[in-house]
Amino acid sequence: MTFSTSSPPAPLLSVRDLSICFDTRHGPLRAVDGITFDLAPGEILGMVGESGAGKSLTGTAITGLLERPGRIDRGEIHFEGQRIDTLGAEEMRRLRGRKIGAIFQDPLTSLNPLMTVGQQLVQTIRTHMPLSREAARKRAISFLEEVGIPAPEARIDQYPHQFSGGMRQRVVIALALCAEPSLVIADEPTTALDVSIQAQILDLLKRMCRDHGAAVILVTHDMGVIAETADRVAVMYSGRVVEIGPVEKVVRDPHHPYTTGLMQSIPRVGSGAERLTQIDGAMPRLTALPDGCAFHPRCPRAFAECSRSKPASLPVEGGHVACHLYQGEPA
Amino acid sequence: MTLEVYPQSRLAAVLRSDLFYKFRTSYVTLAAALVTLAIVLAALLAPWIAPHDPFDVSTLSLWDSELPPVWAEGGDPRFLLGTDNQGRDVLSAILYGSRISLAVGFISVAFAMAIGIVIGLVSGYFGGKVDAFFMRIADVMLSFPTILVALLVSGIVRGALPREMHDSAALIVLVFAITVTTWVQYARTVRSSTMVERGREYVYAAQLVGRRPFAILFRHILPNVMGPVLVIATINLAMAILIEATLSFLGVGMPPTNPSLGTLIRVGNEYLFSGVWWVVIFPSLTLVALVLAVNLLGDWLRDALNPKLR
Amino acid sequence: MTMTDASQPEPLVSVRGLSKTFDLSAPFLNRLIERKGMQHLRAVDGLDIEIPRGKTFSLVGESGCGKSTVAKLVVGLHVATAGEVRFDGTDLTALPAAERGTFRKRIQMIFQDPYASLNPRWRVRDIIAEPLRSFGITNSRAEEREEVGRLLEMVGLSAQDGEKFPHQFSGGQRQRISIARAISSRPEFLVCDEPTSALDVSVQSQVLNLMRDLQDELGLTYLFISHDLAVVDFMSDYVGVMYLGRLVEAGPAERIFSAPEHPYTRLLMDTVPDIAMGRRDRAPVTGEVPNPINPPPGCSFNPRCPLANARCRESAPELIARAGGTVVACHAVAEGRADLTGTAPAGIVGRDEPTACRGAA
Repeated sequence: MTFSTSSPPAPLLSVRDLSICFDTRHGPLRAVDGITFDLAPGEILGMVGESGAGKSLTGTAITGLLERPGRIDRGEIHFEGQRIDTLGAEEMRRLRGRKIGAIFQDPLTSLNPLMTVGQQLVQTIRTHMPLSREAARKRAISFLEEVGIPAPEARIDQYPHQFSGGMRQRVVIALALCAEPSLVIADEPTTALDVSIQAQILDLLKRMCRDHGAAVILVTHDMGVIAETADRVAVMYSGRVVEIGPVEKVVRDPHHPYTTGLMQSIPRVGSGAERLTQIDGAMPRLTALPDGCAFHPRCPRAFAECSRSKPASLPVEGGHVACHLYQGEPA
Repeated sequence: MTLEVYPQSRLAAVLRSDLFYKFRTSYVTLAAALVTLAIVLAALLAPWIAPHDPFDVSTLSLWDSELPPVWAEGGDPRFLLGTDNQGRDVLSAILYGSRISLAVGFISVAFAMAIGIVIGLVSGYFGGKVDAFFMRIADVMLSFPTILVALLVSGIVRGALPREMHDSAALIVLVFAITVTTWVQYARTVRSSTMVERGREYVYAAQLVGRRPFAILFRHILPNVMGPVLVIATINLAMAILIEATLSFLGVGMPPTNPSLGTLIRVGNEYLFSGVWWVVIFPSLTLVALVLAVNLLGDWLRDALNPKLR
Repeated sequence: MTMTDASQPEPLVSVRGLSKTFDLSAPFLNRLIERKGMQHLRAVDGLDIEIPRGKTFSLVGESGCGKSTVAKLVVGLHVATAGEVRFDGTDLTALPAAERGTFRKRIQMIFQDPYASLNPRWRVRDIIAEPLRSFGITNSRAEEREEVGRLLEMVGLSAQDGEKFPHQFSGGQRQRISIARAISSRPEFLVCDEPTSALDVSVQSQVLNLMRDLQDELGLTYLFISHDLAVVDFMSDYVGVMYLGRLVEAGPAERIFSAPEHPYTRLLMDTVPDIAMGRRDRAPVTGEVPNPINPPPGCSFNPRCPLANARCRESAPELIARAGGTVVACHAVAEGRADLTGTAPAGIVGRDEPTACRGAA
C-alpha cells in the first residue's frame, strides 16, 4: 500500500501497515489491523473513532508506551527518517519529551502531584536541553505565560492540585511543548473538561503547535473537535483506518458508509430534526470480528463481497478509503 | 472464538473463568490445592482411615511406647510414623489432630466472616454514627495482639468455669478468641468496598424501586464485595490454624486428651531432646504443609481476583 | 413562573425553591484542632421549574453546576434542604417515607454510566424484574418472564437476552437494559441523568431515538440532564440553563436556542463545536467556573461576564419574565444593557480576532 500526498515533503512520521495485538489466553486479539498513514511536519491529524476502535492504541504505539500484553506484531513506524518501533526502551524514552510530546485526557495523570509545576517543567527542559537551572526556569515561566497561566512567576512554584482543571491542562500543554518536540500526541485532551473550557484548550493547543512548529496527532471520539482543529482526519473502525483525508472533504463529503453514518448521527443545534439518523448495532468486539469488512453487519450499502474480504485502502479524491464500494473505481 | 454463548450453565461459566484458568495453569496452586484437599479429606475421614483410635485407652499398651517410624531401626509395621510415650500411634494422632485444627480454623473463620461482613456492610452503607461506633471498636480490637486477647479470653473462661469443664470448653474458647480478634479485617474490607458500591448507580436504581436497605445490602452489594472477603478468609484460615496451634502449644488450647496439631507439637516437644524426634516432627510437618498450602491458595485467589494483575 | 400560561393544564412536575446544601466540613475534632470553620456547598439554590405532562424539560450546564443534584433531589435520592417537588399535585419532599412508595412507581430514573447502573452479578432478566417484584406488578413467575421479554423487545433487544449478564452487552445495549428497567414499573415521569454521555456517537443516536419513541408511545414526561446542547436541542420542549446551582435562563427550547439572552447561555451556545462550519479560529471564552464553595458575591457569573458592572458584583439578579415565555436572571438583560442583535455580546467572542492568551485571573 503506498500513500503519496500531493505535495511530497518528507513526512515527519510515517506509519506503515501497523498492527497491534494483545496476547490473551484465548489467543492473540488484533486491536489495530494494518494501518498506514503519513504526517507532514506541522500538520494536525485527527484520529476519530468509537471507544475500542484502536485510535488511542495507535498513539500509544507511536510514543512507545505500549504495555504488555499489547505488542506491535507487524508494520513499521518511521519518525524523522528513523525507524522507531524497534528502538529500545531507553532510546525511546529520550525521544519522548525531546522529539515527541504527549498530552493525555486526565491532566492529573501527566503531572506529578508531589512536584511543583516549575520543578517538572525545569526537569523536562534540562533533561532535553543544555540549559542552566536559571535559564530553564526562565524558559518555564515564559512557557507558562504563553499557555495563558496568569502570574506565572508566582504560580510556577505551586503544586498541580492548586490549579483548576483547565489550568492544569494548560500546564500539561506547556510540559509537552517545552522541549520543542516536532510531534505531539494528544489523546482526548479536552474530554475531561467542560464545554466552555474545551474551546479554550483546543485553541491553545492549535496555537502552541503552530507557533512551535509541532505536528499533532489528535486522538478523540468527538468529530466536532476534529472539525474545528485538524487539517486531516483518519476515521478508525475496529482497528482499521476506514477513511483518511482532508477534514473538509471527510466532513462534508464522506465516502465510507461508516463515516457518512457517523456524520449524520451527530445531533446538531438548530437542526429541528424529529429523528436522528442512526447506525444500527454496535462496533463488534475484538473477540467476535465478522469476516470481511468489519462494518458490513451495520452497513446499509453492504453487498456480497463485503462479508468475504477485507477492502484495501484505495485513493479517492484527496484521501484514501477502505470500502468495497470504491474498489472498482479507477484510482 | 466467540463469547456470546448462552444460556450459560454455572459449571461452564466456572470452567471458562479467569479464576479457573489461573488455577489450571499454575502448578504451585494445583499442588497447594492437592495438599489441602488431601489433609482435609484425611482429617474428615480420620475415624475410618486411622489405623488406631488414639483416644481409646483400652487399645493402648505401654509396650508400644516410643516406637520409632517403620523405616527406622526398631520400627513396628503397625505404627507407620511411630508412637508416643503412651504408645499412641503418631499417624492416627495427626489425623485426629488435623481434624481439631481444621475445625477450629473453619468455624472461627466462618464466625469472623459472618460478623465482619454484617458489621462492614452496615457501617459502610449507613455511615455516620453507626459507622463511627463500629470502627472505633475495630480500632481498639486492632490494637491488641491476637495471642494476647486469646490468652485473656481463655484466662477469663478458665477462671469462670469449674475445672472439669475446661477441657470440653476448650474448642469453644479457641473459636471465640480467634473470632473476636479476626472479624475486624473482614469488617474493614467489606466496609470500604461497600462505601464504593453504595455510590454506584445500580444501588440507586434499587433504592428507587423501594428495596429495603437490608435487601440492597445482601442481594445487591454483598455479591459485589465477596471477592476480597474470600481472599482474606483463605489467608485467615491458615492464620487461625496457626493461632490455634500457638495457643495449644502454650497450653491454653486443646487439652492432651483431645489434642490438636498444636497440642501434639507441645507434648512432643518435651521429648525432642531425648531423641524421640518423630513425635514432634510429623505433626509439625503436617502443620507447615497445611498452612503453606492454604496460604498459597489465598495468594492464587488474590491474584486471580485482582483486575490489575489479569 | 411564566413558562406555563393559563391555557395549559397543571404541570405534572413542579419544583419550587429547591435548594440543597452539602456539609463539607471536616469532622468536629479536626475543625477544632485545625481551627477551620464549617464548609458548605450550595449545590442547588432556589430552583424553580415546571414540566408539563408528556413534555421534556432539559437542564444544561457545566460540571458542578448542580444539575445532577437536581436529578437526585427530584427522584428522592437526596433530601432537599429547602423547597418542594410537587408531582401530580403532591409535595414529595413533605411526604413521609412510608407514603412515598406509590410515587416511586410513577417516577423512575435512567443513569449516566451504563457500566455502573446494572449490577454485574445479576442476570438481565432479574435486573429488569426487580421493579416488577418490588412493586408487585406481576403475580407469577410466568407473567414476570413474559413481561421482561416484552420490555426487552420494546427497547430493541430480544427476550433471550434476559439470560445473559450485563458484561455480555455493549454500552448502548446496557443503556437499553437500563431503560427497560426504568419503564418496567410503567412510570409517568423519567429523570434522565446524562443518559448518553458515556456512549459513542453512533450509539447515542440510537438511544436518543429510542427515548423519543418511548415518550410518544407511553406518554412519558422527561427531566433530561445533559451538558451537550445539541442533544438537548433534539430532546427538549423546555430548557433550563444552570450556573453554580442557580437557574440563569429557562423557557421553551426553540426560544432559548434561537434567541438566548443570558450572557452565560450565549457563551454556551458559542462553544458548541460546529462541524458544518469547519475549521475556524475563534476566540476562546475566558475564565472558568469558580469554586462553588466560595461563589463570588452578587451574580455568580460576574467574574466571567463581559457585561458585569458594579450592581452585578453586589446583588444577585432574580429571574424576570421575558418576551417569548422565557425567564432570565441577569441585571444587564433587565436594564437593557445586553446587546441582543448578535449571537454573543462583544467581548465574549470576537470571531476573527487573533487568539492572544487570555487566561482566567
